[in-house]
Amino acid sequence: MIAGWPCPGPSGQSEEYALTFDRSRTQRLLIVPALFDEANRLRRMLVETMRLLDSAGIDSFLPDLPGTNESTQAFDAQSLHGWRVAMKHASSHFRVTDVLAVRGGTLVFPTTLPGWVYEPAKGPTILRQLLRARTIAAREAGRHEDSASLLEIGRTEGLELAGYRCGASLIAGLQDALPQIEGQRLIAQAELGGGGLWLRAEPAAAPDQSAALARLIMADLGA
Amino acid sequence: MNDTDSTLRAILSDVLGLSADRVASFDASTGLFGDLPELDSMAVAGLLTEIEDRLDIVIEDDEVDGELLESYGNLLTFLEAKVSQRTLG
Repeated sequence: MIAGWPCPGPSGQSEEYALTFDRSRTQRLLIVPALFDEANRLRRMLVETMRLLDSAGIDSFLPDLPGTNESTQAFDAQSLHGWRVAMKHASSHFRVTDVLAVRGGTLVFPTTLPGWVYEPAKGPTILRQLLRARTIAAREAGRHEDSASLLEIGRTEGLELAGYRCGASLIAGLQDALPQIEGQRLIAQAELGGGGLWLRAEPAAAPDQSAALARLIMADLGA
Repeated sequence: MNDTDSTLRAILSDVLGLSADRVASFDASTGLFGDLPELDSMAVAGLLTEIEDRLDIVIEDDEVDGELLESYGNLLTFLEAKVSQRTLG
C-alpha cells in the first residue's frame, strides 16, 4: 500500500509517500532507491522483492525521494543533503530495523542502520553519465555542448539533465559524493545473476533477480 | 575473441537485454546507434560509462561521435586502441 510520511522540505513540512508492506512485524526494511532514471528501471524488480519479503514475514518500505514520483516538492530544490535528511525521517517514521540502499541510494541512506548496499554508485560517475547523455542528445540535434562547460553552468545555475531540473547544490554534491558504507554488506550484481537492470535500455521484470535478492536478505536476517 | 571483445559483448547484452547468443552473432558491420531503437542517448551514456568502468579507460566527449557508435566494429576497434594505450602507459 501507499503510506505517507512527514518530511521537512525547503518550504516547510511536506507529506511524502512510500510503497509499504507493513504488518507491524519486527523485521522492517527501508529500501533507499537508486537516483534519477535508475530508480525507475529497478523499481519493478525491487517491488517484487518486497512482495517476497512480505510472504516471508518481513515488512518493507520504499519511500520516494523528495521531488520524485508523487512528491509535491520541486525537484530543483533537492540536494544529496536534503535526501539524506529525508531518508533519516522515513527510517524513524516507519521504525525500520534494517536498510537496503541501491546504487546511488548509497549516497543518501541512513548509515547507522545495519543492512545491505547493492552495487553502490559514485556521485561523479552518476553525474558523468547524465552530462554525457546531454552532450550526446545535443549532438544528435546538431548542437555542440561539452561536459566541462555544462558542469560549470550546473554548479552555479543548475542544469537540466536527462529531463531532471537539477539545482546547483545537487550537481555540486554529486561531483564529490562517495558511498558511505559503514559495515553494511555489499551485494554485487553477480550474486543476483543476470545483468544489472539499471543498465537496461528497456527495463523489464526480472523475477529471478528479485527472488535472489529476497533470498539473500532473508538468509542474512535468519527469516 | 579477445577480452575487450567479450567485455563489450557482455555489456551490450546487459544494456540491450539480449541473450549472449544474440550478442555473439554481432559482427563488425552490425549497426548500433541509429539501428537499434532502444539505444537512445541515455542508454548510450550508460553504455559508455559502463565500458569505462569495466575496461578501466576514459572516453572523452570529443571521441564520442556518430562514427564511433555506427557499428560494432567501429566501437570495438576504438576500445581496443584505448585498452592497448592503457597497457602501454
